[in-house]
Amino acid sequence: MMQRTIPIAILCLSGAIMVAAYFISSAQSWGETVTTWFNILAAVAFVLGAGNLIAMNLEKISSQRAGWGYAAITLVSFAFMLVVGLFKIGAVPNDKHPDIHFAGSYDSAASPFGWMYDFVMSPLTATMFALLAFYVASAAFRAFRAKNTESILLLGTAFIVLLAQTAAGMFLTGWIPEESAFAFLRLDKIKAGIIEHVQTAGMRAIMIGIALGIAAMSLRLILGIDRSYLSKN
Amino acid sequence: MQRTTSARGITALVAISAALLAPCTVAMAQAGDAVAAPEHGWFRTDRGALYATLVVVGIAIVVAIVRARAGHPVKIRRMPALEAVDEAIGRATEMGRPVFFIPGIQDMTDIQTVAGVTILGRVARTAAEYDAKLEVPTSRSIVMSAARDIVQAAHFEAGRPDTFDAGRINYITDEQFGYVAAVTGSMMREKPAACFYMGAFYAESLLFAENGNSIGAIQIAGTAEPSQLPFFVAACDYTLIGEEFFAASAYLSGERVQLGSIQGQDIGKILAVGLIAIGVVLGTIAAFDPGGSTETAFDNLKSLIGG
Repeated sequence: MMQRTIPIAILCLSGAIMVAAYFISSAQSWGETVTTWFNILAAVAFVLGAGNLIAMNLEKISSQRAGWGYAAITLVSFAFMLVVGLFKIGAVPNDKHPDIHFAGSYDSAASPFGWMYDFVMSPLTATMFALLAFYVASAAFRAFRAKNTESILLLGTAFIVLLAQTAAGMFLTGWIPEESAFAFLRLDKIKAGIIEHVQTAGMRAIMIGIALGIAAMSLRLILGIDRSYLSKN
Repeated sequence: MQRTTSARGITALVAISAALLAPCTVAMAQAGDAVAAPEHGWFRTDRGALYATLVVVGIAIVVAIVRARAGHPVKIRRMPALEAVDEAIGRATEMGRPVFFIPGIQDMTDIQTVAGVTILGRVARTAAEYDAKLEVPTSRSIVMSAARDIVQAAHFEAGRPDTFDAGRINYITDEQFGYVAAVTGSMMREKPAACFYMGAFYAESLLFAENGNSIGAIQIAGTAEPSQLPFFVAACDYTLIGEEFFAASAYLSGERVQLGSIQGQDIGKILAVGLIAIGVVLGTIAAFDPGGSTETAFDNLKSLIGG
């Protein structure tokens, strides 16, 4: 009983405080306090997460499961970053201690932490992000198949916008004077019209729905109507 | 008797709404002074219109809940994405492959993550009933803790507490693309038969969905990030768009009170449509009569809504 009542009470109180903090000037500090509570919880939970990460990867290695080599790399990288970060190891010699290695500034780009971030982490992240270009192409290929009226409209619209983005768009219709009565036939004008009017109208309709959905869901949670996130036992 | 109780409840709500809207009336009265004096009083006058909208929509939702509780019929349209949950998990069970549930990359402070983990409860219960293997890789420690509690509760509800394995709900990393690399790697190795993407997604949405598509998994997505919706629509079998995503938890519960709250949202939509229609009419007339009283009324409406 208490296992359900206390979390619901905390949620109701926190939710009500956050709403009040947004509208009442003097209650803003209460909202900041609730956020601080969450940050403390998140910091404690991070230890739990790191423990889970180590346990999961050690288990993968010991049982030689598929991809156990990646688990080993993860653990070595984790340990390395933890050591250089916690012990604040610097790379360049310190002026005060020229004979001691790794006594330089730990927060400079030349430190092991900065070096790993700039030359390992960033390139890996950029590589993953770059893969997106190929996935966009394959997803667009499937989405733009002319199967029915709606998909033909989608294909046509996408074709105009894509063409207008390229030099070919200007080459084809750029000769039409901007002041003429036929300026609306310029691909850049058609593209701007599609983005500013058609797309924006559609997006705003979705945004209104989302805002109402958030209000309804928040109300269900704050009033304790939706308790599906809690155990019944 | 029930109807009388309902009528009394609605009367009480009208009285409460009048009381709640009182600060907004004060805010409107102070609106002129607010321009000259940027300092706010006890109530944020610059957020008065939003407060009024919130109160009206909130009251509409509560009225709908009260009506549903009193026995009034609640009719909600079918959501194919949610009807397909059982089918997707059943397919995974038959194929002997796991089910992946990705709750987005944001923390529990994001309402989308909260919506995602409430849907996880239903998915986990079905997976427990079917004895399917459910994997939940998370990118936040608190989400992992919440997901473990929810999945464990689902196993208890399904009468299968012995099959709960906390080791299948793991924390990967807070780093966006590190998380993507780990999850897509697991996808390619374990070949899940069903993938659920429910939460806040950004650039990683298409990386997940296209990888899932390439291994032939049934994919059901739900998010309120408008910029990511086209990617999910293109690559997934079913997508919960915006408000559908927030309604999913109530829809799956099947409880009248929760379904009533979805009906209450429609009153908010009617209000939005009404304001848009008034704005369109005033804006059109103002275009033909620049500097007239209609333009002033149009400008006032825009500033009231927050434009």
